[in-house]
Amino acid sequence: MPFRPTVLIALLFASMAPSTPHAGEWAKLAEDGVHDPKGPAIGLLQQPGDALPNLPGDTAGNQVHWIKALRTGVIQPRPNLDPAREDRRLDKDIYLDLYGSMPSVRFPHLAHTEWLDCTNCHDHLFLPKRGANNISMFLILQGQQCGVCHGAVAFPLTECSRCHSVPNNQAQRIVAAIEAEEAKRSAADGDKAAAPTTNSESPSKTPTDGGKAKTK
Amino acid sequence: MSAIASARLMPALLLLGVALGTGVSTRSHAEYADVVLNRNAEKEGMRPVVFPHWFHRIRFRCKVCHAELGFKMRAGSNLVTMGDIIDGKFCGACHNGEIAWAPENCDLCHSGKPGLPPGIFGGHETNGPGIW
Repeated sequence: MPFRPTVLIALLFASMAPSTPHAGEWAKLAEDGVHDPKGPAIGLLQQPGDALPNLPGDTAGNQVHWIKALRTGVIQPRPNLDPAREDRRLDKDIYLDLYGSMPSVRFPHLAHTEWLDCTNCHDHLFLPKRGANNISMFLILQGQQCGVCHGAVAFPLTECSRCHSVPNNQAQRIVAAIEAEEAKRSAADGDKAAAPTTNSESPSKTPTDGGKAKTK
Repeated sequence: MSAIASARLMPALLLLGVALGTGVSTRSHAEYADVVLNRNAEKEGMRPVVFPHWFHRIRFRCKVCHAELGFKMRAGSNLVTMGDIIDGKFCGACHNGEIAWAPENCDLCHSGKPGLPPGIFGGHETNGPGIW
């Protein structure tokens, strides 16, 4: 049988691959450059390497896929301290950047509202209206807009294709369909009342949410 | 390719593999999104505070601290004082001996390296001209 170097190379790479999907290791607190290795807490605080390898892996940030960790129930972080406080969710995708040189952006409200409250982004970072926000990578890379979290605590800005994830023509079709439905609905609602203003405090009452808003 | 040629190739491939392997497992230092609070701490004779986002988001969603408790989402924009914490505000909403350790465990939070500037650490993205 002829020798196949590609097999050897494949085996070599396979043997190097870490057994978990994590890209690397977590520094020990004493070696992380922010904790004082001589401080009394160093032996008491939980080490990232004790907690994070048990969560679904990722290749960036904390090397944890936080959305997967949440949705698989591996972690069950509290949504509130005051049980009377509503844990608001919105299941509505927004398509952005439909004509750029990169694929279009799909912004999933659901993944964001599973962690965040509406008021974390609305209205001081983003007006709740498509086309009203002048979103720019220049600002994002400086820590504005999406960059308030992405690049600091949420997955970093090296992960272009996680946001720029939909071919432009497909996103254009989806947005055209959404706009057609909105036009039909506003024609049906027509003269009943003047169009109510959007209100980020009550996503379930926002007329442009496609009727999918829900709280949990 | 003959077996002899492939045997000659082996060390080169191994070297390549080691080089790539070490590249993949390079560890960053601070954990992504560790926040250092040091506007007051060292002035008042304590180590800086290290707030690990990873530890807290295992246990709480962002909205608990950033909506319910009122922490602004920008390192350096929240002036957190021990007075507030003892009054149950900011960290003190949980660090009260009921949900999490009480504020008299000074060193557990004030665990940072002396001399650290306040700010958010742990990602190469945070070392650039941005204003995190």
